[in-house]
Amino acid sequence: MFDNVWLIPLFPLLGFLINGLFGKKIKNETVIGGIGTLAIFASFIVSCGILAQMIALPAEQRIYEKVVFPWIHSGNFKADMAFLLDPLSVVMIMVVTGVGSLIHLYSIGYMHGEEGFYRFFAYLNLFCMSMLLLVLGNNMLVMFIGWEGVGLCSYLLIGYYFHKQSAGDAAKKAFVMNRVGDFGFLIGLFTLYWWLGEHANVWTINFMEIKKASHLLPYGGVVTIASLCFFVGATGKSAQIPLYTWLPDAMEGPTPVSALIHAATMVTAGVYMIGRMSFVFIKSPDTMMVVAVVGAATAIFAATIGTAQNDIKRVLAYSTVSQLGFMFLAMGVGAFWAGIFHLMTHAFFKACLFLGSGSVIHAMHGALHHAHLHDDPQDMRNMGGLRKYMPITFITFLVSTLAIAGIPGLSGFFSKDEILWQAFSNPYHGELNMVLWGLAATAALFTAFYMFRLVFMTFYGECRINPKVKDHLHESPLVITIPLMVLGFLAAVGGYLGMPKIVGLLPNFLEHWLDPVFELANEYGKTYAHTAGHESHLLELGLMGFSVVVAVVGILIAMTFYVKNTTLPKKFTDALPGLHRTVYNKWYVDELYDFIIVNPCKAFGNFLWKGFDVVVVDGIVNGVATVVMGLSGAFRYTVSGYVHNYALVMAAGTVAILGYYIYH
Amino acid sequence: MISLHHYLLLSGILFSIGVLGVLIRRNAIVIFMCVELMLNAVNLTFIAFSRYLGNIDGQIFVFFVMTVAAAEAAVGLALMIAFYKNRESIDVEDCNLMKL
Repeated sequence: MFDNVWLIPLFPLLGFLINGLFGKKIKNETVIGGIGTLAIFASFIVSCGILAQMIALPAEQRIYEKVVFPWIHSGNFKADMAFLLDPLSVVMIMVVTGVGSLIHLYSIGYMHGEEGFYRFFAYLNLFCMSMLLLVLGNNMLVMFIGWEGVGLCSYLLIGYYFHKQSAGDAAKKAFVMNRVGDFGFLIGLFTLYWWLGEHANVWTINFMEIKKASHLLPYGGVVTIASLCFFVGATGKSAQIPLYTWLPDAMEGPTPVSALIHAATMVTAGVYMIGRMSFVFIKSPDTMMVVAVVGAATAIFAATIGTAQNDIKRVLAYSTVSQLGFMFLAMGVGAFWAGIFHLMTHAFFKACLFLGSGSVIHAMHGALHHAHLHDDPQDMRNMGGLRKYMPITFITFLVSTLAIAGIPGLSGFFSKDEILWQAFSNPYHGELNMVLWGLAATAALFTAFYMFRLVFMTFYGECRINPKVKDHLHESPLVITIPLMVLGFLAAVGGYLGMPKIVGLLPNFLEHWLDPVFELANEYGKTYAHTAGHESHLLELGLMGFSVVVAVVGILIAMTFYVKNTTLPKKFTDALPGLHRTVYNKWYVDELYDFIIVNPCKAFGNFLWKGFDVVVVDGIVNGVATVVMGLSGAFRYTVSGYVHNYALVMAAGTVAILGYYIYH
Repeated sequence: MISLHHYLLLSGILFSIGVLGVLIRRNAIVIFMCVELMLNAVNLTFIAFSRYLGNIDGQIFVFFVMTVAAAEAAVGLALMIAFYKNRESIDVEDCNLMKL
């Protein structure tokens, strides 16, 4: 089965080609959607086969490299179109193809009747192919192709409704911010390649070869520079401070896109990349600290913004940014497997939440359309009491919300708690640990609050929309609810793959599974870890209990505010108008960026246009023309127009030349 | 005895008449004829030198000059006809479109 790994990206590529080239002629939505969904589902089947084969192997043999074709061989430089199968990439392909298949299926229902249906599926398939290249590539160049490919597809899909100005702007914003990150990625790549080649004579961009040579890398120094550059790339793709502002705007795309790209897969690319390069990152204590601090800061910062948004998808978008912060925190404290674990559980519950919100928007949109009203179908202030109308959506949504809030027994609890514990007890950051843990725990409190605020505003209480609309509200069709149910189930049970040792009901499958990948990184980490790390079981249990309390408190606050006493939010905002306005406007970060970066760039562009291009460049071009015109105007007086004059001058000239030669 | 000098003198006189004609006359056909006169003056020089040096090259060159002159006559007359159709004149003073 390992040998067939090349089929995994090939199927979505074929789906993309068929739908992209012939979709317009096929017209039939079932056929187009079927091709798109089957393409990714076929990849899922192959991935399952690979997973089964890998499980059967002993841990140390779980690595396989498949060269599809030799690509660039030039001097010392060698890059093949080659795929790497190891426990980490297998987890990733399972998530991408599994969640991807469900979202493709869902899209058949959600995008029904949309203009450019085939275009949507073609892009989705292309995205899946790029993402699979990204996670399967055995060298940085193949990864980079995928890295750029997902960026492109993200751009195309955010701008799917390109006739809307806001969608076009959001797409451009996402693309430009991602490019900033990609630049960092490239610089990191070059730095690492150059240093290893120049100082260790290992000219390679192959992950496994770098891993083998990683003992030659110094602690800190050039590794700090290279890994920080890689981290800049990760902040762009994974929406971390300072490059996170594109993700909330990316909600302009259709909801399945938000679920697939901006929650479950693409935005986790940065986390995956750090995991893939863990043996480089851990060699720089400074980078590890930056990653941890940025992760924790993003987690709390985005969570605060999430508490004040009214657009259902925007709340989820900030939630995604915040959860990605948790993953980076895990990476930064050396708990690589916990980051990947949270990546996986987050893919389940966040995809379910996004698809659930899509189901709600779909119902609201349809009902509003029937009633000929033009209210915003995404504004939670227009919703309320929807659980009566949409029971399946409600239940799956509630399960996922409980999971993300960290209620024991559901997936989010295990992964988030592991991250909190690792932030507290890791041996790398000393005194900083308390701060990291405090920030993450507070972010968890906010998470529970804003997620239940969303649930209560949407599904509980009285329906606040025009009564005419109510009669048209109904549950979404099966093609939409089946993916919801599957994802809801996974969100509930996904955590049992990585149950902490302290609970001990089940062995920790995932940590064992990922052990061969992160073994070396942990080895390197030991050389500078200043404490052995806390190993107190009592403390771990205590903190676990504390995070449960935090989650419950968050839910209770939300209940007080939005179910028991619905006048409270108004009183609260009236009491602190400045704070509410600031948070509602996302701490004015977009305005700040406009002020610091965008406007100076525009001013510089304007200067280049009006100051340089118009004055200098056009000045030179027009100046040459003016000089030539002036000169020719002057010489024109010598042209009398009389043929005799010319003949006389010619004869005189001839005589002069002859005379010169004769008498010289 | 007619020596080389006589030929060259005659040739120079003919050539000068041609140059003067081109410079002074205004009728395009006359100017044209003067150009032919200059060409033939040159031909005479060629022939004279050819005879004097006992070298046939000069005579061959005369054939070329005559060929070019014939071609020139064809083109020149065509130009004149075209010009006449436009201006109803073959006076070179009327070729004045390039004047300021």
